[in-house]
Amino acid sequence: MAEEEAVRVLGFLPSPFALRVEWALNFKGINYEYKDEDIHNKSPELLKYNPVHKKIPILLHGSKPVVESLVIMEYIEETWPQSPILSKDPYERAMSRFWAKYGEDKCIPALFGFFTKQGEEELVESLKTLEKGLNGKKFFAGETIGFTDIALGWIPVWLKISQEILGENLINEQTHPLFYAWSRDFLDHPVIKEKLPPYDMLLAQCQAVHDRLLASSKP
Amino acid sequence: MGEKGEVKLIGAWPSPFVLRARVALNLKSVDYEFLQETLGNKSELLLRSNPVYKKVPVLLHHDQPICESLIIVQYIDEVWPGPAILPKDPSERALARFWAAYVDDKVFPAMQGMMKAQGQEEEKSVIDQLLGGLQLLEGALREVGKGKRFFGGDEIGYIDIALGSMLGWMRVTERFSELKLFDAEKTPLLVQWADSFTSAEAVKGVMPETDKLVEFAKILLARFKSQA
Repeated sequence: MAEEEAVRVLGFLPSPFALRVEWALNFKGINYEYKDEDIHNKSPELLKYNPVHKKIPILLHGSKPVVESLVIMEYIEETWPQSPILSKDPYERAMSRFWAKYGEDKCIPALFGFFTKQGEEELVESLKTLEKGLNGKKFFAGETIGFTDIALGWIPVWLKISQEILGENLINEQTHPLFYAWSRDFLDHPVIKEKLPPYDMLLAQCQAVHDRLLASSKP
Repeated sequence: MGEKGEVKLIGAWPSPFVLRARVALNLKSVDYEFLQETLGNKSELLLRSNPVYKKVPVLLHHDQPICESLIIVQYIDEVWPGPAILPKDPSERALARFWAAYVDDKVFPAMQGMMKAQGQEEEKSVIDQLLGGLQLLEGALREVGKGKRFFGGDEIGYIDIALGSMLGWMRVTERFSELKLFDAEKTPLLVQWADSFTSAEAVKGVMPETDKLVEFAKILLARFKSQA
């Protein structure tokens, strides 16, 4: 059966996009083999399976590659129906996809802009808008985590690290109470807790990126 | 199929993203009311239905709004019976989603970039991106379409809708830049595909005429320049 073919994930340890894939697989209890790629020295396998973008994550199911993390998440949902991450209702599905895309298109660039000291307002605004997607629920998917939660769940991690590196407290429990509560509940979920990159490692890597960016922007 | 009142589409005739929704609805033979927006004067209904982006298209089904063109197309595919827009097989679906995302992430921005490019160097860079992207799509058509008329095979599918909706604006880009985007030598399959898509039953009544788009583009450009 197709579902029983070997599953491999090509990732890169701090990558939030690879994390999404691993979270989705773990949530559904799917066994997979993880291979860490060096994105500065891309393997022939990476280049073979993602010739268009040459990026991770790549999901290999048997010999078939699937690329682009949100596309991979849809594939995972369709191939392994247990522990669904999307509702059966088409409207709810559309909402899940909408908020995942919103986070991707607005919150991620805003977070990067904040990290590189290009601006704060986009981050403040976009996270405020993201809160609307929760619509009084504990998670975007309702009582338990789902597609949108898994797609955007790394934002709290990277936000915490960014604020620590920058010495800022721009986004907190007072300014964004709903986002804060969701972040806490998401990171507390057993599946997520078990698959979080070590904080110190992430901090060190982001610090290095930050220092590099600062150095290159000096005249 | 479906009472006219229960399906509405808020749109604008020049928008390629609105066209995606219209083609999808047509493929499923869904009756709908088209609510035309006026440029520069967004309706109350639009602002209420899409408060996050305030953009068209918005599909209203039983007064519930669905936004973002590809999300709308997937919704239409999931709600209404009829010809499948996305294939059945998960890995084929993943490939369809991949190429549709490619159109939005690489092709459309390059087209926009051409209208806004300042100077020859910037223009050359976007032209390269656009032509390179189309070359890749030519390969994708060969691989995914397997020698048939459309990416979706014998019938229009998800990638056809994603890319085909851009044809009008691609023709506008060709007129403004004197550049040939579809070339019988370099992209022969896409040349044929463009004809097939434009003349398809679900498309021909709703694809805006290139001449009208050119006039509209001139208005947009004038606005853009006056704001620069």
